[in-house]
Amino acid sequence: MHTAREQVTGLLGRLAIGSRFENIELVQIVLAEIVEGLGFDSDTAHWIEVAVREAVANAIKHGNRLDVEKKVEIAVSVDQGNLTIEVRDQGQGFELVELGDPLDPTNLMKPSGRGILYMRRFMDQVDYRRGEPQGTVLTLRKRVPPGAATI
Amino acid sequence: MKVEVRQSSDVTILDLKGKITIGTGDIALRDAVMEAVDSGATKVLINLGQVTTIDSSGVGELVSAYTTVTNRGGKLKLVNLPSKVADILQITQLITVFEVFDNENDALASF
Repeated sequence: MHTAREQVTGLLGRLAIGSRFENIELVQIVLAEIVEGLGFDSDTAHWIEVAVREAVANAIKHGNRLDVEKKVEIAVSVDQGNLTIEVRDQGQGFELVELGDPLDPTNLMKPSGRGILYMRRFMDQVDYRRGEPQGTVLTLRKRVPPGAATI
Repeated sequence: MKVEVRQSSDVTILDLKGKITIGTGDIALRDAVMEAVDSGATKVLINLGQVTTIDSSGVGELVSAYTTVTNRGGKLKLVNLPSKVADILQITQLITVFEVFDNENDALASF
């Protein structure tokens, strides 16, 4: 029997989806459940979900290049008070190319190039690295509200 | 996402409902705008009141819709932005590009 509230830590969920955009909905459902349970307010939870949608869309489009045989893996964990979401594709590797500053007036009306800005705006940290043995791993981190990540 | 099309005088109103996100919502928006423009619409009002989520692809489609209508000599305006949609457009400074209205009557009167 627990007499004190315990910090949630470790892996909270792992999901592998085929490279179809409609599968992003499944990711959002699973993620929403986890994020809500960690005590994020509804606005922050929404923005985390938007950031992860962007990350998974990137993995499907630029990583796996819409190859439905290739998977995107999403792992959600909490470590040292940070919600960490890793999005791993099975592609040949891609750079998170800055397609030019989307806030530059010359880029303002371009139809693409805003996804990275949104991810960085909504999360505390966004990193990517080459995966082993293949693909790209995008890591998104968000500080869990103090005292909220408890069971 | 669902799109319903209404006409008010010479203004074509697109009522969007649901998610304007990659793969479905963005394409539905593109198709609806192209259909309206191909039908001769030059005054297009997009009602975002029932939109729950928008991502960068959805934002990109709004920008493309604006460009498409403007390039054909028309006007495209937005109405009833939920706060989260307004935030998304604010972050990328597009809120300054679009003409945005809080209610439909004001929007219609502006064309």
